[in-house]
Amino acid sequence: MTNLKPVDVAIIGGGWTGLLMAKEITASTSKSVAVFERGIPRKMEDYAVTMDELDHNIRLRMMQNTAEETITHRHSLKDSAVPVRQHGSFHPGTGVGGAGEHWGGASFRFQPDCFRLRSHLTEKHGAAKLSPDLTVQDWPISYDDLEPLYWKSEQLMGISGKAGNLRGEKIDGGNPFEGPRQHEYPTPPLKHSYASSLFAEAVRRMGYHPYRTPAANLSESYKNPDGITRPGCAYCGHCQRYGCMIGAKAQPTNTLMPVLAKRKNFELHTGSWVRRIIHKDGRATGIQFTNASGEEFFQPAGTVVLASFTLNNTRLLALSKIGTPYDPATGKGTLGRNLTHQVGVNTRIFFDKPLNIFMGAGELASRISDFDGDNGFTGGEDGLLRLGMIALGTNGDTPIGSFGIMPKGASKSNWGSEWKAAAVKWRDHSAAIGMSGEHLAYRQNYMDLDPTYTDKFGDSLLRFTLNWTEHEYKMREFALKIQANIAREMGVKFDEGPPSRAPYNVINYQSTHIQGGVVMGASPENSVVNKYLQHWDMPNLFVVGASAFPQNAAPNPTLTSLSLTYMAADGMINRYFKHPEKLI
Amino acid sequence: MRRREFLTIPAAAMGGTLLYTLAGEPFRLQAQDGKVKIPLRFFSAEEARTITAACERIFPSDATGPGATEAGVVIFIDRQLAGPYGRDKYRYTKGPWVDSVPEHGYQGKENPQEIYRQGLKDLGNFANLSVEEQNKKLAAMERTRFFQLLRTHTIEGMFSDPMHGGNAGLIGWQLIGYPGPQMSYREEVDKHFGQPYRPTPRSLEQIMGRPGDPWENEKG
Repeated sequence: MTNLKPVDVAIIGGGWTGLLMAKEITASTSKSVAVFERGIPRKMEDYAVTMDELDHNIRLRMMQNTAEETITHRHSLKDSAVPVRQHGSFHPGTGVGGAGEHWGGASFRFQPDCFRLRSHLTEKHGAAKLSPDLTVQDWPISYDDLEPLYWKSEQLMGISGKAGNLRGEKIDGGNPFEGPRQHEYPTPPLKHSYASSLFAEAVRRMGYHPYRTPAANLSESYKNPDGITRPGCAYCGHCQRYGCMIGAKAQPTNTLMPVLAKRKNFELHTGSWVRRIIHKDGRATGIQFTNASGEEFFQPAGTVVLASFTLNNTRLLALSKIGTPYDPATGKGTLGRNLTHQVGVNTRIFFDKPLNIFMGAGELASRISDFDGDNGFTGGEDGLLRLGMIALGTNGDTPIGSFGIMPKGASKSNWGSEWKAAAVKWRDHSAAIGMSGEHLAYRQNYMDLDPTYTDKFGDSLLRFTLNWTEHEYKMREFALKIQANIAREMGVKFDEGPPSRAPYNVINYQSTHIQGGVVMGASPENSVVNKYLQHWDMPNLFVVGASAFPQNAAPNPTLTSLSLTYMAADGMINRYFKHPEKLI
Repeated sequence: MRRREFLTIPAAAMGGTLLYTLAGEPFRLQAQDGKVKIPLRFFSAEEARTITAACERIFPSDATGPGATEAGVVIFIDRQLAGPYGRDKYRYTKGPWVDSVPEHGYQGKENPQEIYRQGLKDLGNFANLSVEEQNKKLAAMERTRFFQLLRTHTIEGMFSDPMHGGNAGLIGWQLIGYPGPQMSYREEVDKHFGQPYRPTPRSLEQIMGRPGDPWENEKG
């Protein structure tokens, strides 16, 4: 083990949150900041030759190498977990920029009631109506606290969209259910595709409020407050699971790295796999990491920021024996608690006319929030507490992945001449109406260290104990009815059938939105970090990312993760560095 | 080390001028060349003949259009199996190996190379059977991991970029009207509503003016 020269701040993880933290600290202090990223360097110039569905969309070339480290999964406390042997239901990234390189770009704010969900549900339904297994809780911050930081994040990335609630004034064409915004979006919404325009027209006729998804895919050239200029989207259809070849999609490598590269007090170490946070007497003393050649190092640091993906934030704390692991039997302990994903269900629809679906962008979508949160509920929904957004998107073609999508019964076999003819006939005639729904937190869904399986170093893998509950099945059932009504209004064929009641599966892609484990809260009783994402037990350790969400909201998490990072940076720079103790 | 084997293809059967990437080098195949010999990385020539016949039943050349043989699907599969994918280089392969519920996906120890070796044994003299017998044999194997991989790989070989060895001459993309990767649709995305817009398909190499970097060529 080689001891390195001390740095003021060591940041674990070179993705959106770690690099944003580095940018903020180096902008206003002279502190030395070193970021440790286990993956490879990445830059925009790498991406033009990667527009290849096989290697990127199917073999998942940009994702973490599961041979080196994966997670294990079990459905309940009674089961033994098995490894997720290849990526399926979510896609953790690797390399500089992390999952922020291959994301789609959806950049929503959460609805104001999401931040006080326990209070909201209790007021609405009465405490007695809420299941004792429901462990949702209020965030330690409000929508109003976060609003200026949402705006900062939107400016950073140049989010394209249209306000639906500007300082309380409802505006047609935006999302009227969003919290009041102080500013219009930095850039106008993306263009419509044929399919998304048909969806928008139909839901408008039904009295809903369609809007175009706020997206980090720029609709036009934009210069952000750091002076970084990026071009408008080319709608090339290679977005999610790819890096953007022109920088139109905001990624850490095109938005943060150009700024950081000029900062003298910043350094980035790639190929550096952090294996432990070292600590003594309640304070972190630094990090231990292994480089690509297998050599081990100790990096002393005054402050440590843990900014890796949700999975590794919980895992590294557990491996480093920081905090108290959560025990679902007693409800004691906080680390690993309130694991949430996102709840989805799709209705496959079929058009008579071709869609030219190969033209698109990661978040070219028309969407309604008329059922997000508990908007639009009548009260007669039989225990349904929350739902989500419903959308139709055109995010690019997948000639391999989508080949064979056809209406039920169009071919008896799934190979041979009859199947081939039907598959060719229905090519480019299909889209999906889908829900992105809120995943509530439950007592039994959590993360801890697996007792059996290990990574390439012999360290325990992270174990998920996670399954759907009756509430998620109800959400899907309810969403499918709405989606069927929209499909009828659009005048398209669609597959009808009862919603699946299958358990959680790790095979089919759902979304890369995994939250919780290191949740934020008002007290160490029910959270690991305070509102500045400072660890309750270790004042010089900050844990940033969606791991801090007490539970998921329906919308995708990146914008909220970045906004929380701004809050953590503010606490660290303006308060903690002046008085390096507990901020609360 | 085994003897280097080749797949011999009558060039005319594959539809004229085709582009392959052989050992990283662009290689122009001309119909007038008569027969061409393509070096195999994983299959023996006999195994390649068997796989060719099986892929042809899954994705036949028929009234709808060209099929797996014309697209060179067997070459695609050969390279996938010889590369990191075939060896499970990026799959978690530590034990203990236990069976689990379907929601946990494939939990078997065998990598794609091993699954194909067993599948080839099960196919036996497949290439010499009649079309009817071949269909019957495949139908009986439908639920095996091997058949599921073979079907998936056939679709991949039909519609992936030709740098991977299949989709020869872009015939897969022509069949379905997919234009391949293109730099920009900025001026087109909100036009052509309800009408087919079908730019001429182009490969990644044609678009970029330099060869791509197919993952199967990764060393180690």
